[in-house]
Amino acid sequence: MSKRPEHQAPPEFFYNEDEARKYTQNSRIIDIQAQMTERCMELLLLPDDTSCLLLDIGCGSGLSGTVLEEWGHMWIGLDISPSMLDVALERETEGDLVLADMGEGVPFKAGSFDGAVSVSALQWLFNADKKSHQPVKRLYKFFSSLYASLSRSARAVFQFYPENESQLDLVTSQAMKAGFYGGVVVDFPNSAKAKKFFLVLMTGGAAPLPQALGTEESDNSLQIKYAKREACKAARGKPLKNTRAWLLDKKERRRKQGKETKPDTKYTGRKRSGRF
Amino acid sequence: MKLITHNMLTSKCLKGVLTGYPLAIKATNIKVNEVDFNPDFISRIIPKLDWEVLWKAADSIGHSEGLPQTIERNYDEDKEFLKKAHRVLLEVEVEEGYLTCPESGRQFPITKGIPNMLLTEAEVQ
Repeated sequence: MSKRPEHQAPPEFFYNEDEARKYTQNSRIIDIQAQMTERCMELLLLPDDTSCLLLDIGCGSGLSGTVLEEWGHMWIGLDISPSMLDVALERETEGDLVLADMGEGVPFKAGSFDGAVSVSALQWLFNADKKSHQPVKRLYKFFSSLYASLSRSARAVFQFYPENESQLDLVTSQAMKAGFYGGVVVDFPNSAKAKKFFLVLMTGGAAPLPQALGTEESDNSLQIKYAKREACKAARGKPLKNTRAWLLDKKERRRKQGKETKPDTKYTGRKRSGRF
Repeated sequence: MKLITHNMLTSKCLKGVLTGYPLAIKATNIKVNEVDFNPDFISRIIPKLDWEVLWKAADSIGHSEGLPQTIERNYDEDKEFLKKAHRVLLEVEVEEGYLTCPESGRQFPITKGIPNMLLTEAEVQ
């Protein structure tokens, strides 16, 4: 069975009391959520030293909200799971909480927020958990109502786990249709574990997308790759295979093991001439 | 639910509702929580608020004493006013009660300070 939580149950049932408890006790989950929120805040590009009103979509137990508080902002959180919101109450977060389904639209008046963040929530919208759910329609309703509730020049940053390319296409196309500019920033695209997708949406005019992390290595030519590999081998202390150094190393090892070995001469490991 | 949230919250997601603002508050339990005073945030947020709605909401739950009905022009220099606004916006919280949509009359319950804005299938646009 698939390990993705979205495939197991609708969010309001998946995040039950047991699952919600993990978000207060498991330090690994807490660390990861905090890191991702920090990165969201970097991408959000809020003005320095001003406290803003932010919307946290899928705030859950308020782990991301705690990071927002550390940055000095006030936040209002939306979540569909009552158990997760109960945990947020227990943790006594400063933000205010609202129980709502983002696919039904963001229930706030126009121009309310200076920015929106969302950590690991958007992928839930790709699923149809009820007969009446149409993912495309829900995504569009979510983005269009979010666009209205943001102030001009505000940004919205979503960290999410898309399953495949078509989900990425779907989410960006629906966001563009709702009036946003922007796109997906992929941090550490060459790593299986550290790879993270951030959907960065802008309301005020097209600006260049921020640079993703872990993509500095722009020169991907073969020679450089091999040079790197050799450097790695040397660092590990073993010479490259089929070279004279490797052969001498091997003979030395055999001598130490007490096996019969020919002496090293100037002919050892030398290339045969073409006549042979 | 703090009154700053109430000032932003609408029921426009309901089918057939156009603005759904402001929601009427009926509170059965109100709590006052101390929150750190941040004058910059309050003066930055005031232009975004619908002050009339805030005053009426505060009045309906009995916390409007001393709060002016209209905002002065240079409110950001009036520390006393900012403190009062801070108290009403961030410290007064509706714990139990319900919100009522002005157009459809639909009620949204507030439990443990969390308004429940979930809709049924038939109510979604």
